[in-house]
Amino acid sequence: MMFTPAADLFAPEPTSTAWPAPAAAMPAPPAASVVAAPSRDSAALETVLRHPGVWRRKSPAVAAVDVLPSGHAALDALLPGGGWPRGALCELLSEHDGLGECSLLLPTLAALTRARRRVVLVAPPYIPYAPALAAAGVDLQHVVQIDAAHADTHWTAEQCLRSGCCGAVLHWLAHGDYRELRRLQLAAESSGTPGFVFRPLAAASQASPSALRLRITSAADGTRFELIKCRGRVGGTTQLRLRA
Amino acid sequence: MLWACLRFPQLAFDALRAVSATASAALAVSDGPAQQRRIVFANSAARSAGVHAGQNPATAHALCPQLQLLARDVAAEQQALQAFATLASRYSSLIHLREPTAILLEVGASLNLFCGWPALQRRLREEVARSGFACRIAAAPTASAAQVLADADDGIALTTLAVLQGALAQLPLAQGGLEPGTVAALHGMGLRTLGQLFRLPRAELARRIGAPALAHLDRLRGRIAEAWPRWQPPARFVRRLEFEAAVHATTMLAFPLQRLLRELELFLIARDGGVQRFTLVLGHERGASTRIPVGLLAPQRDAARLLELARVRLERSALPAPAWSLTLQVDELPPLVPPHRELFDAREQGRLDWQALAERLRARLGEDALHGLACVADHRPARAWRHTPPDTAAPAARGESHPAPMRPFWLLQRPLALHHAPPRILTGPERIESGWWDGHDQRRDYYVVELRSGQRAWAFVEAGSHTHWTLHGWFA
Repeated sequence: MMFTPAADLFAPEPTSTAWPAPAAAMPAPPAASVVAAPSRDSAALETVLRHPGVWRRKSPAVAAVDVLPSGHAALDALLPGGGWPRGALCELLSEHDGLGECSLLLPTLAALTRARRRVVLVAPPYIPYAPALAAAGVDLQHVVQIDAAHADTHWTAEQCLRSGCCGAVLHWLAHGDYRELRRLQLAAESSGTPGFVFRPLAAASQASPSALRLRITSAADGTRFELIKCRGRVGGTTQLRLRA
Repeated sequence: MLWACLRFPQLAFDALRAVSATASAALAVSDGPAQQRRIVFANSAARSAGVHAGQNPATAHALCPQLQLLARDVAAEQQALQAFATLASRYSSLIHLREPTAILLEVGASLNLFCGWPALQRRLREEVARSGFACRIAAAPTASAAQVLADADDGIALTTLAVLQGALAQLPLAQGGLEPGTVAALHGMGLRTLGQLFRLPRAELARRIGAPALAHLDRLRGRIAEAWPRWQPPARFVRRLEFEAAVHATTMLAFPLQRLLRELELFLIARDGGVQRFTLVLGHERGASTRIPVGLLAPQRDAARLLELARVRLERSALPAPAWSLTLQVDELPPLVPPHRELFDAREQGRLDWQALAERLRARLGEDALHGLACVADHRPARAWRHTPPDTAAPAARGESHPAPMRPFWLLQRPLALHHAPPRILTGPERIESGWWDGHDQRRDYYVVELRSGQRAWAFVEAGSHTHWTLHGWFA
């Protein structure tokens, strides 16, 4: 494990084989000055520590995160707050098509559409098969598929995320750079809309501003899901197997 | 009742000003058939040289050799007057158009809303001044008097009939709104003001000037009711802007477009309507034109929103040739149902509702970029779904009692041949045999298979066969 000195002040990111370059991924936190604050300023320190972005190691409660239950108990147990973070970008990095990477979201989509929230599929690579969605309990009335030329997909996803009128935005992104993902992440944050970005596994080695990155690979006994980045998570296991 | 009169003394000239903007040159507008043209308006430079309305153009040229004569454009004048009537309809529900140069509006009922006549008058003047037209405004208890006073005394406002009577009595006969022949005859009788006329016995006066003129005098003083045809906003909207220089890039059209859409918004407010479909027509040389239709999902009125959509549409279409004019044309004006909003709407800034988002996406991506999804009751996998227009109510779910068979998340647009037989069959076969009646007969055995890479796929072979595996979907 490799932690910055601020490990007990800031929620550390779980390590992975592909640790993003710290300078690029997030600026070094101004932890030293906070720690070194004299005791007479403890009231001021308290107000700093009450910031929702600050999590203290010794506090028992997990920092309050607004989440969407994923519908999989094992996955919910892994994710801080017990579900997909709202207002953030989640990356699903899949080795191949057909590993169950999209079906992972079906319970969430079903819950959203039944609550009459709109789910937007931006530039899906194949036909989203309506009978499969309906069988999973998704209310098709609230599903919108948007076809866009390659140059426009990014703009489309950002508009949908930023508008705040979508329950979730699913976006298939074959190529995307840090800057584009950063824009999506900011759009999701500003409106509180969860964004799910599907990317090929090769992108796992690149730095990413997403709050959550899930690597999806095939194993001998099913599909393996591994959290390679997760904001607000400390220690513990990062892997789980579904669909044995 | 309080009537306000907007009078445009140089309408013939102002309506042409867009074409020639040189203010210091001597200019005059002429009208009439070729043999008997007459000057109808001369600007101050021309007037100081002795040119005046009613003159022969040849005489005018002799008086002022550098005089520029412009041909009158009656259509442009009428269009301008209509535009001002539209503008006035924001301040009053009762408007009369008095051709050729005046608009009357009843403002007595609007005074409370607009904080009294001085404030209302200021607003009217500002709005007219913005369009670059000269205007005289007067208010009086009768419509005829308001029109007469606007000519005589710009800015006057009389609120009671008694005061009006006094003011009219002071007015010279020539400004009383009577026929020129009548005025000349009365002058010959030694009468100079309206007051002298009012003092004459009615029967004798009627014999000399006729009943219509006497009725006019009565209407001026509010003695008999006035009944003018009420102005109705037109049922379609067409506005055209000519450019002084050719426009080569669509981005340069943003400003004229904004002006046209702003006018459209005022027009729509007056009609209490919306617009769902409008056309931008770019005029090129030699009568050629490019039409760019813009469609919306629901009727709209907001100029800013319309501008955003139209701009995106314009930027996406290339100009085939330089444009010389831009026309905004709306043929249908559906009723507008404004969206329901909470009184204390917690909507954050920059947020959009779905309708606005969908419009924005359609404008950039194309009319048919957004789809809904629906199931179709067909056993053939490729026909068991369809695209629907977004936000249409999907048919109710089929009342199935038996569990639905496994279906993949992705369906391939075109089935793909597998080179090898799949190593592992998870479930199957599921025989799907249907369609003999419509010529797309299918007899297939579908299997859920797992490939060597661990991918789960939906593959089929022809019924009964075990070779030629074809991939049709992914259990993604």
